[in-house]
Amino acid sequence: MSESLHIDWTRCRGRGVCVELMAGLRRDEWGYPVVVGGGSDLPIAPGEREAAEDAVALCPLLALSFRPSSAA
Amino acid sequence: MTTAPTTDRRPIALDFPRLLTGSGPGYDEHLRTLGPLPDHRGLIEEVERSGLTGRGGAGFPTARKLSAMTPRGVVIANGSEGEPLSAKDEWLLRQRPHLVIDGMLATARATDAKQLHLVVGPASEAAARQAVGERRDARGIEVTVTQERFVSGEASAVVHLLTSGDALPTDHTVRLTTRGLRRKPTLVQNVETLAHIGVIARFGAAAFRSVGHPADPGTRLFSITGDVQHPGVTEAEGGTPLRSVIGVASPRSVAGVLVGGYHGTWVGREALERPLALPTMPGAIPAGAGILMVIGEGTCGVRTTAEIAEYLAAESAGQCGPCVNGLPALAELVARLAHGDRNHGLVGEVERMLTLVDGRGACHHPDGTARIVRSAMRTFAADIEAHRHGHCLAAR
Amino acid sequence: MSEAFWALGRASGVVLLVLMTISMLLGMVTRSGRPLLHLPRFGVVLAHRNIALLSIVFLTVHVGSLLLDPYAQLRLADVLIPFGAAKSPLAVGLGTAAFDLMIAITITAMLRRWIGRRVFRAVHWASYALWPIAVLHGITNGSDGRSGPFLILSAVAAVLVVAVGAWRLTEGFVEHRRSRTEPAR
Repeated sequence: MSESLHIDWTRCRGRGVCVELMAGLRRDEWGYPVVVGGGSDLPIAPGEREAAEDAVALCPLLALSFRPSSAA
Repeated sequence: MTTAPTTDRRPIALDFPRLLTGSGPGYDEHLRTLGPLPDHRGLIEEVERSGLTGRGGAGFPTARKLSAMTPRGVVIANGSEGEPLSAKDEWLLRQRPHLVIDGMLATARATDAKQLHLVVGPASEAAARQAVGERRDARGIEVTVTQERFVSGEASAVVHLLTSGDALPTDHTVRLTTRGLRRKPTLVQNVETLAHIGVIARFGAAAFRSVGHPADPGTRLFSITGDVQHPGVTEAEGGTPLRSVIGVASPRSVAGVLVGGYHGTWVGREALERPLALPTMPGAIPAGAGILMVIGEGTCGVRTTAEIAEYLAAESAGQCGPCVNGLPALAELVARLAHGDRNHGLVGEVERMLTLVDGRGACHHPDGTARIVRSAMRTFAADIEAHRHGHCLAAR
Repeated sequence: MSEAFWALGRASGVVLLVLMTISMLLGMVTRSGRPLLHLPRFGVVLAHRNIALLSIVFLTVHVGSLLLDPYAQLRLADVLIPFGAAKSPLAVGLGTAAFDLMIAITITAMLRRWIGRRVFRAVHWASYALWPIAVLHGITNGSDGRSGPFLILSAVAAVLVVAVGAWRLTEGFVEHRRSRTEPAR
């Protein structure tokens, strides 16, 4: 089952930690992460699982979580 | 901006009692016209055959949501109607509350739900409480009044209202039917959807499908507002052309119609013959929650969009960064388009801001705001061009 | 032998002052959302976390060695319940209070995913109380607490923490100062 990194926007304050760890994220002009493909869920590439785990663990606002990619 | 629900004229004659044609607000009258609610077995299958879809805007197949429910869950009738242009839910709750209650009871029975909530706007509270008080089988229904806020009608906001008293959307990674109110399986249905279930429970799927289009069976309520002589609520078959539906409200002229409310889509005059239906019907204009705002030739669509964008920016609940920051920025750009700013990069800047807000929130407020602005850029492209050259097509 | 416990307790106390000060500073930099010189943001978070955990190790050594030092006359109860020690109850009590806060902050930080953000943040705010209490404990209770080198070290630490703390209160502290967090009404 493929997984995504889900951003809970109600928690995110744009501290920018995840953007440094994940290639699929950039930052908007207010500091918040932008999923390159759009939306709130970044599909995790096969080699990126560890980086994604770091991002989830290190987010100061607990705004990141894993969720199955299929969920709407 | 709420319209008084006055229009009860219909573009078609209906064969049997539906929502508008049904039965007055009192329970006695309701019973006299329709008889008691039958103890319907196999309601979910019947709803599936009917092809009923959610009338709150998303158009999700109702039977799919019903069958996702596990026993001992919660049924929430959503009459929050945060959208100021919508009047149909208030109309239903004030004029046909027992049809909504019928739908709630039939749904709760079919899904083996143990808790029933009716969430209404302040204007419908008295009517809802009176109707619930009128019948013995409705004693288990708890009426809750929501806050008047644009995003309060969002399903997760309704659930949050019932847990914390604050109608704010939340980030939910699993479906509410799996884990909703206090972690119980929760079904949130728009009150119109439930009223249709009340009809289907009595007359069956075949009767429901006897009007409308195979791709969009049954009827829908429409709230018609804007530059029309008779604003109000009407009922039309699925797939009725836009021209016929707005015709009942007697517009003087039509320069454009906003379909689906402040989170909806602008269409121009050339779309008047297109059917209002589910997006799955070829050539259809998505009917959404059935909100139609007509603008006449004297009204500038760009200016109207700018006012709406400003309103929507102020209605952000302030929870999500891209919404709190992006919507005011977007609204300001649209205001500059409306007021004749000649900057060449402006349209491109609007496009960029649209991609920055779209899909980046816990609820659909940023997406909906992007949708209306995007459709305005398309529908009023000529107007925007005229503004850049210092004049307005509406002010001829 | 008892001399060794005393020396260990004293040395670990000095290391703790340094580690806790660095952890405090890194925590505040984390809050600003900025990278630190060549250290990226995730590095700041990681360093804050790891140095805080390292100070738990030194705290264990610190408390353990002084429990074993007969001269300190520390009972097990004094490790958990402040201001009841036989010898210099106030100075030891400050250390006990700091110890308790440190344990609470560490446990809630490790369990933050399960206990929820509100509890985590409320308890984590106690760091601002923990740090001055710990410094005061060092000055009042340390064998060389009022010696020149230790006072200078404490003063440097205090200047750094107060300076970064003052920066935290200014508008330019967060990276995107124009970014709103409240709706535009």
